[in-house]
Amino acid sequence: MTGFLNIEGVTKRYGEIKALDDVTLEVSKGKIFSLLGPSGCGKTTLLRICAGFEDPDAGRVILDGKDITHLPPNRRPVNTVFQNYALFPHMSVRDNIAFGPRTAGRGKREVDSKVDYYLDLSQMRSHADKKPRELSGGQRQRVAIARALINEPQLLLLDEPLAALDLKLRQRMLVELDDIHDRTGTTFLFVTHDQGEAMGLSDTVAVLNHGRVEQVGTPSEIYEAPRTGFVAAFIGDTNFLDGVVVGKVDDEYSRVRVDSLGRDDLLVFNDRPLSLGEEIFLSVRPEKIGVSSRPPAPNPKVTVMVGEVEEVIYLGSFTKFWVRVGAQRLSVQKQHDIFILEDKPPSWNDKVWLSLHADYGYILDNYQKADEALLPLSGKGAAPGGAVL
Amino acid sequence: MNRRQRRALGETVVSGPSFLWLLALFAIPTAALLVTSLRPADIYGGVAPGWTFANYLKLLSPERLGVVWRTVWISAVATIICVTVAVPVAYRVALCGPRLRRWLLLLLIAPFWTNFLIRVFAWKIVLGPDGWFRLALLKLGIIDPGTMLLYNKYTTLMVIVYTYLPFAIMPLFAAVEKFDFSLLEAARDLGAGRSGAFFKVFVPGVSKGIAAAALMVFIPALGSYVIPDMVGGVNSQMIGNLIADCVFVGRDIPAAAAWASLLVMMVVGFVGLRLTLVTLGGVSLKTRGADR
Repeated sequence: MTGFLNIEGVTKRYGEIKALDDVTLEVSKGKIFSLLGPSGCGKTTLLRICAGFEDPDAGRVILDGKDITHLPPNRRPVNTVFQNYALFPHMSVRDNIAFGPRTAGRGKREVDSKVDYYLDLSQMRSHADKKPRELSGGQRQRVAIARALINEPQLLLLDEPLAALDLKLRQRMLVELDDIHDRTGTTFLFVTHDQGEAMGLSDTVAVLNHGRVEQVGTPSEIYEAPRTGFVAAFIGDTNFLDGVVVGKVDDEYSRVRVDSLGRDDLLVFNDRPLSLGEEIFLSVRPEKIGVSSRPPAPNPKVTVMVGEVEEVIYLGSFTKFWVRVGAQRLSVQKQHDIFILEDKPPSWNDKVWLSLHADYGYILDNYQKADEALLPLSGKGAAPGGAVL
Repeated sequence: MNRRQRRALGETVVSGPSFLWLLALFAIPTAALLVTSLRPADIYGGVAPGWTFANYLKLLSPERLGVVWRTVWISAVATIICVTVAVPVAYRVALCGPRLRRWLLLLLIAPFWTNFLIRVFAWKIVLGPDGWFRLALLKLGIIDPGTMLLYNKYTTLMVIVYTYLPFAIMPLFAAVEKFDFSLLEAARDLGAGRSGAFFKVFVPGVSKGIAAAALMVFIPALGSYVIPDMVGGVNSQMIGNLIADCVFVGRDIPAAAAWASLLVMMVVGFVGLRLTLVTLGGVSLKTRGADR
């Protein structure tokens, strides 16, 4: 146990439903830790347990060496930024921010100077006498953050703080949050269902599903090396390939037959020791697959497949393709790092060459068929035509 | 006729009937009441021509001012009790699940299925000399045989509270239902204890409901007549009883009109005070006190 915040074996049941099932997490001091998962995964329940609004059925919450599991919310060195901000409507911005220090019985002069500091930090000085209903969404959020931070909490809980904002504002507030974190050095526990927010802001991400922790890691670990099919599908887009190990090239690489591709074997890097005949699941990110209208130069580590373009979605900086290879539809993404008007890009029904580098796939520990539902478009056996779009 | 004029005409046509209704059944009677209060009485119990201020001077006797004072304090105490009880009740009911909440609200309005007079009469029986409540208290030794529960101002107060409590709970429940309970969590999160969160965040959050509830109790309580008449004694008369006395016993219609005008002015005064407070608070609000 080395973390600043330790969540140990926390379980919470609502009737028959296990909202949290033996969750253990470790959050380091001064870092941004994200709880990421779909709605109903238990992330908000876990946050509420940390805040003291819920009692876990089992397990402990340790903050800075002290067991806070059963402390009431007002006795914890923890503050929360609520999803709807929960600003007090009958109080001005100044009074909202001053609520914590005043309740703690601080002197008027101390409260005033602190409030002024946090009004400046949140860039709300010129709105100090307004009521919450006179503020925009982004301003309300700044007030909510200032109101929480003024108490100098050891841990700041953020419950989907950006969910109520529109896209542009969300991106800006994300940068602001990061900036505030850099300036205050407070430990942030951030709950979100948006992988972009989690990836962009966090030092560490814990992916939750059905009340269990699927994987904990840095954003790039989670994205590049997902351990389970759920994580691979929930974070970004991916292609699932299920195959059987049919041969060993050397200690590091194996040959895998993927029936749905209906062709030569794939060369795959062993992320873990594999044995002959073992069934494996491979996750390949769309941008890891090369696509070209001509056969690529041969490379012993690259498996080349020939396919037919079924769908092209041009998105400016990149293009998404759906390419049929055998019985499988592969999602492929091509970044436009050249001026593409000079080059004729692959189009509908074109024959294309896909290249897959042996090092770019990732073998999953755990895979469930249901996880495919999280993908933008199911890879196998999907009807042609991209009706989902 | 342009669009705006047509619209103005349409609005006049639509609001016309209710305007006429208010004029005929509210404005004209109130004006008649005020006029009557300024007329002298004739010896046959009618209204004589001419103008006088004597009816209002009659109100100034110490004994009668005592009735005015009693009316005000009984109404004020009843209001305080009703609101104090209604706030936690409304809070609790709002936290219940939708099914249970429906049943509780149904129970709340169930008394209205019985006529008001009959309910007050029922109190008379329950609290009467042979009523089960008094007999039970006697058996338990809480009161001695000489104690009567009826015909005093406290019984009047209690029955007023009983009668108007639902009127306090209803607007409060409406306010509490709209209250965002995550605000209470926010207050706790920011260091407030249970009672701190309740008084600093919940009570201000439902203040409009509290104000509405207070008026809903206070205004009809001021005009109480049946309750003090049936369960109160000679020492628990309220203004309503004085008005009835003027009409039926004293046969002095102008004096009754003066009393009634005083009551109207008191109500207008309190509503005006409240509107001023609300306007000063920067909140616009429309609430109407129901009169009985």
